[in-house]
Formats: sequence, C-alpha cells, structure tokens
Amino acid sequence: MGIAALNPSYGLDCLHMPIHSPWRTDFPGILALAAEGQTYLDSAATAQKPQAMLDALLGYYAGGAANVHRAQHLPGERATRAFEATRAKAARWLNAPAAEQLIFTRSATEAFNLLAYGLEQRFQPGDEIVISALEHHANLLPWQQLALRRQLKLVVLPLDHSGLINLDQAAQLITPRTRLLAISQLSNVLGSWQPLAPLLTLARAQGALSVVDGAQGVVHGRPDVQALDCDFYVCSSHKLYGPDGVGLLYGRNDALQQLAPWQFGGEMLLHTDYASATFRPAPLGFEAGTPPIAAVIALGAAIDYLGSLDASAVSAHEATLHAELLSGLQQRRGVRVLGSPNVALASFVVEGVHHADLAHLLSEQGIAVRAGHHCAMPLLQGLGLSGAVRVSLGVYNDGDDLQRFFNALDQALELLQ
Amino acid sequence: MSLPATAQSALDAFAACPGWEQRARLLMQWGDQLAPLTDAERCEANRVTGCESQVWLLAEHADGHWQFRASSDARLLRGLLALLLARVNGLTRAEMAHLDLPAWFSQLGLARHLSPSRSNGLQAVLARMQLLESADQGAGAPTIS
Repeated sequence: MGIAALNPSYGLDCLHMPIHSPWRTDFPGILALAAEGQTYLDSAATAQKPQAMLDALLGYYAGGAANVHRAQHLPGERATRAFEATRAKAARWLNAPAAEQLIFTRSATEAFNLLAYGLEQRFQPGDEIVISALEHHANLLPWQQLALRRQLKLVVLPLDHSGLINLDQAAQLITPRTRLLAISQLSNVLGSWQPLAPLLTLARAQGALSVVDGAQGVVHGRPDVQALDCDFYVCSSHKLYGPDGVGLLYGRNDALQQLAPWQFGGEMLLHTDYASATFRPAPLGFEAGTPPIAAVIALGAAIDYLGSLDASAVSAHEATLHAELLSGLQQRRGVRVLGSPNVALASFVVEGVHHADLAHLLSEQGIAVRAGHHCAMPLLQGLGLSGAVRVSLGVYNDGDDLQRFFNALDQALELLQ
Repeated sequence: MSLPATAQSALDAFAACPGWEQRARLLMQWGDQLAPLTDAERCEANRVTGCESQVWLLAEHADGHWQFRASSDARLLRGLLALLLARVNGLTRAEMAHLDLPAWFSQLGLARHLSPSRSNGLQAVLARMQLLESADQGAGAPTIS
C-alpha cells in the first residue's frame, strides 16, 4: 500500500484490491440499473436514492396527504410537523444556527433566481457582481441577466492552471464596487474544492454579500455555514440522495432581511386586501404556494439515512474510489484529466478523440457517464474544449463499477484511436 | 415507396450487424464516405444549433429533387448523417414530405440516437432539415444553401 500511495504508476489496479461499498444494497436504484447492465457513474448530475427515502415518500402519500401550514385537522398537522422537521434536520446538517434560516425552493436553480430577484432592488447601475470562471449555468445566468436588467457589471474571476480560482487576481477584482460574490464550493466539472475562506474574506472586507453554490460540495463533506461565514448557501436535495423538486437556501439573518419577496401567492403573506399586502419574513415569505411536501419530508429521511452512516468510512470510501478513478485515467494513453480533482468526479478528454464519439461508445456498452459542456459552457470554452466526459461517483459505487468503466473505455479507444 | 439504392445497402449492412462494436465500425465507415465540406461551407450560417457536436447541413433543391450535404466534427455522428443522406437525397418534395425519418433509424437499429435526452445532434439535424424544406416551400425558391 505504501508504494501504491507514493507512486501513482503503481495504481490500485495492480493490487487487485476489491473496493466494496457497504451501502450499495441500501440503494435499489443502483441495483436495478446494474441488473439492467447499466453502470451508473453520473451521480454529480443526480444521485440514486436510499430505500429509507423511498419509504418516506410512499409513506407520506400512502398514510394520507395533507397540505402544510394551513389546516387545523390532524393530517395537516402531521404533514406540517414532518415538513418542518426536515427544515430542522437540514439546518443541523448545514450547521445553520436556526431552522428558520432555511428556505425550501423547488431546486438549487430556483434558489439562485430567488436571490437574483430578491436582491435586485439593492443594486445600482455600475455596481459589480463577481462570479468565477467555473460557475455552473445556474450560478451564472441569474446574475448575468440581473446585470443586464440593472446595468451592473459582471466580473469573472479567472482560474489558475490547476483549476482553482486565482486568489491574487481575485484580490484585484474584488473591490469597493463589488456588491455580491457568488462562487462554487466544489466545481461540477473540475472536482476541485475552491478556496472559499480567502475569497469570502475578500468579499466581507468590501461589504459585499456572498453566495456559495454548494450543489456539489454538500454531497462530499459536511458543510458548516457558520464556519464558512457566507451570507447565503445554496444546495439541492436530489444530488444529496434525496428526491428531486427541492432546493435549499440558507441565509444569515441580516442577509435574509435584505431579500424582497419574489413569488407571490398562498401562505407567504401576513395580510392582504384587493389593493395591497404585507408579507411574512423568511422562510415562509419565500415559499409561496404549496411546496413539494412529500419531497421535503423524504429529504428529511435521506438526511437521517446519511446521518446514520459512519462519516469517516464514507469519506475514506469516496477517496479510495476517486484515487482509483484518477490513477486508471492517468494510466491510459492520450487521456487528459481537466484540472486537479480532489473528490467526487473527474472530467477528461482524449487526444484526437471527440468526446461525443467516446460518449456514444461508452453508452453502447452500458456506461452511464456525462459528456458535453456540463452546464458550464464558458468554462469549457476557456479551456479550449468543446466538451469533455465526466465520471462522477456516489457512496454506492464500487471497484467493479470502475473496472467496467475502464474496460469499456479501453474498448472504445481501441475503435477510435 | 421503394428505398433508394444506397439506403437499401445501408439497411442490408446494418441488419447483418448485431453487435455494438461491428455497428460502430460500420457507422464510422459510412461516416468516412461522407463527401467533405469546404471550410467556407462549414460556416455559422450552415451550422445546426442545439448539438453538442458541430454539425453543418446544406440543402439544394434542383430539378425537383432534394440534395443535402452534411458533416460533423464527431465521427459517429458523421456516420449517422451519411445514413440520413442516403435515405433523403434524390427524393422529390412530395416524397420528402411523407418520409418518416425516425422510422428509418428504427429500421437500422439506431433509434436510440433520436431519443430526446440525447444531445448528439441527430434530432436537431432532422428539425433543421424540416426547416429548410418548409423555407423552400414558403419562398418557392429553387435553391437554399
């Protein structure tokens, strides 16, 4: 093991150590796909779900559905209690000081849009919004469009050659004109943890609001929003082994108070007549209409499930799988991994091979990976690439999944190279 | 309506080709036979948008018959384009209007490449082809390229 750890050319391949996931059987989806001959390596797009989450989803509907925050009847009370219990669980998961600081949205994308519309009136023409070159479209387009609406300047922090936001340049580009900094915690293309602490310090020193895109980061390490000291943190349920249709927006109390309501309708108001209305504070003031009740309750079950796992065993498993993925890619001729991934995923291109051709032949062999621009078109353009293939991992993946991927990759490259 | 000769030979070749590997080789062979486009023809105006790969499509409608040309930077997609052109080139406007192209790819065992989740571009190429056809009918112009 010592040699393998020191010298990447002695990859884990050579040791033939099976990497086993003790959690694999908790996920019926991964087993069903495997039975169908599909190797699922696209968890960064969406994750498979644990049985406990599926049980909660069915349990809510089968036990009697009811709307939340409205009715006095027993089913309504039960649904509301379960719904609000998830808010408390999610708050604990993120180490938020209070459950009321978490807003449920319908996706992470919706949370970014909520911020861009909810903060819109705070910006004056000429103000600057700073993002980074590696942002997912969800943390780019809401700000880009806000900048166009309000004549703001969108400033893009460049990356260094290892794929991290360049701190020297960030120190130049984050200025007294900066009103908001919105950056990703873990890149969905490069798989690298970004240097959040110094970036957030730069923003704070200029009195700018900070938004952290935790869509990928929340899955691969317990975030601590108080330690991060960001104003807003955004993530989604479906990548965190929960159901789709739910996003989470954490905000510091003083930051939440700066948000204006953006969607109007049932339950978000205190009082209304035909001509005017007053609105609730966060969180309910930002949860207009019937929320995704079943999905929120089931997210609570997913968090309970994750909380029941041995966190250090999960991290060790993810690290072992990731090391095997990287060493296997590095052993193959012509393969170039993008950036320096730390965890969770690796994107790569192969010299002289079009990513679409590679994706085509991998999917012919039952390998479910993502190919293309990964919702980060400007990043890929900046790297001079039209696309890349991304392999991403979940707790349920094992060494056999990777072996099947590498066998398929070798077959595909034999045809294409 | 009987199949054009090249389409029939494509159908015969793919029908005799059960494995993914042989099918991929065959697809690449068809792609290699696609007549290349000039640099000038690989221009923005001829580019099919909505594909993850670069695809260009040109159409001419002369003497009552369609003649399409196409290319891509992705090899397997070039193969799919070659199979598409084998089916449509030389057809009249009326024949083209009645043609079921998804059925053609199903016959070849390649229907999966038309699924809406795929961004390889074949779907976008078919949409662009329809657009070129209807533009031709609308304008009554003999040539669009």
